[in-house]
Amino acid sequence: MSPATARQAMPRSSPDLQRTEAQPAPRQKVLIRNVDFYYGAFKALKNITMPLHDRRVTAFIGPSGCGKSTLLRVLNRIYELYPGQRATGEVMVDNENILSPGLDLNLLRARIGMVFQKPTPFPMSIYDNIAFGVRLYESLPRHELDERVESALRRAALWEEVKDKLHQSGLSLSGGQQQRLCIARAVAVQPEILLLDEPASALDPISTQRIEELIAELRPDYCIAIVTHNMQQAARTSDYTAFMYLGELIEFDETERIFTHPKEKHTEDYITGRFG
Amino acid sequence: MNVYARRRIANGVVMTLSVAATAFGVLWLVLVLWTLLENGVAAITPALFSQMTPPPGSAGGLLNAIFGSVVMTLVGTLIGTPTGILAGTFLAEYSRGSRFGEVVRFINDILLSAPSIIVGLFVYELMVVPMGHFSAWAGAVALAIIVIPVVVRTTEDMLNLVPNSLREAASALGSPKWKVIVMISYRAAIQGMVTGVMLAVARIAGETAPLLFTALNNQFWSTNLNAPMANLPVVIFQFAMSPYADWQTLAWGGALLITITVLILNISARALASWSTFKQ
Repeated sequence: MSPATARQAMPRSSPDLQRTEAQPAPRQKVLIRNVDFYYGAFKALKNITMPLHDRRVTAFIGPSGCGKSTLLRVLNRIYELYPGQRATGEVMVDNENILSPGLDLNLLRARIGMVFQKPTPFPMSIYDNIAFGVRLYESLPRHELDERVESALRRAALWEEVKDKLHQSGLSLSGGQQQRLCIARAVAVQPEILLLDEPASALDPISTQRIEELIAELRPDYCIAIVTHNMQQAARTSDYTAFMYLGELIEFDETERIFTHPKEKHTEDYITGRFG
Repeated sequence: MNVYARRRIANGVVMTLSVAATAFGVLWLVLVLWTLLENGVAAITPALFSQMTPPPGSAGGLLNAIFGSVVMTLVGTLIGTPTGILAGTFLAEYSRGSRFGEVVRFINDILLSAPSIIVGLFVYELMVVPMGHFSAWAGAVALAIIVIPVVVRTTEDMLNLVPNSLREAASALGSPKWKVIVMISYRAAIQGMVTGVMLAVARIAGETAPLLFTALNNQFWSTNLNAPMANLPVVIFQFAMSPYADWQTLAWGGALLITITVLILNISARALASWSTFKQ
């Protein structure tokens, strides 16, 4: 299937038009509605309902085991790799329910990029790490592929560091560089949504700062969801914050309000460090 | 006697026993190698590699047996390796946690430790009896049956070492499962898988029992896979048991040849494995 038809298989708003406008009002890109999630018999998410906005960053915070990573993994249905895990409810992306059973998961995941907690460079060259995802759905002539790889690496602020060693193994990079390589890889397939699962938790402070700067740079073009344990990181990087506890969504609001005037006592206790 | 002194004595006793046991084990290995070298080196001559197995009392070499061993090992590996890799892939990538996978893994482990004479007998019944004659094909199939469980096991083990996060990362880009396996899992596990194949080759290079029932032997040069074919292990067996001194010398030469080959294969497999760990 050609990339064009592959992408048209699912309804999609015209991104080129929107991304050229200057700071329009946030548009709701994703609506999570009444989502429950089960690991076998264990119910890990309870009736979650919340939106994600386009060209905004939404942070999921909460203590370990609260279900924030699980919720992220529902959004590209990556949990389906494991038998016994299932989600019910609806996740509307541009008014299409991505939890419906007939959906092509590979096409879905090509639209929704994901970056994991631990850097996961593939055992191949830096160039091929980026090209791998692109080649899955597009057959570009060599020079266009080269351009795509370069622009992805530039977006991930990695180009200057690797431009002279594109054909060395991706495993030869440092941890922080590996994580930026993974972000470049996700960006290279031109997704609409980016899911970041604690992308900086395995990195040193300087690399963490670079990742946060990167999120700010990517923000105008994507709908970004980030799971983080680091409250300052949530406050610094996100526009909206969802506080979760024991599988429930306790509070969802603009980040500024969550961190200054939370409505729930629970949220306040957590962000002020009284528990968690 | 205080606790510390008692520990020191216990430590000394266990240490001495361990060293003695190690020395005892290694001693036999050294003796085997020494005997092989002492008796075999004299037989390693150009004639060994250029002449056929002789009748008793005349000069000759092992060319037909070397050729037969190489051919049957090669064909056996070519049949066994793809089968083993695909089955190992099934166990590691497709049947995780399933009942069927457990059963297959259990049966494979039995096959792994099955005496090779039983494999020989099985192929005898399966191929030699219906065909009405011994053949190199039957020998190769018997060797393949020994290769399969080894390759299945190492392939599965190596693929299980590939972190799931890598599979998730590839799937998250929209990669179909077969591409995740071929482009990511295999690439991450390739050195270990090759090591497994080399160990399997080393294993079958010296197998005698399965060939006795299948390929038998051939005194002459033969490239016909549909006919009995000479091979080193069976020639060694036949020549070593004979009363003729020149046959016995050739048997020593053949034994040394197999040992060196297996040694080289094992060392290469080891080097490959440590090189891959070093690289990562």
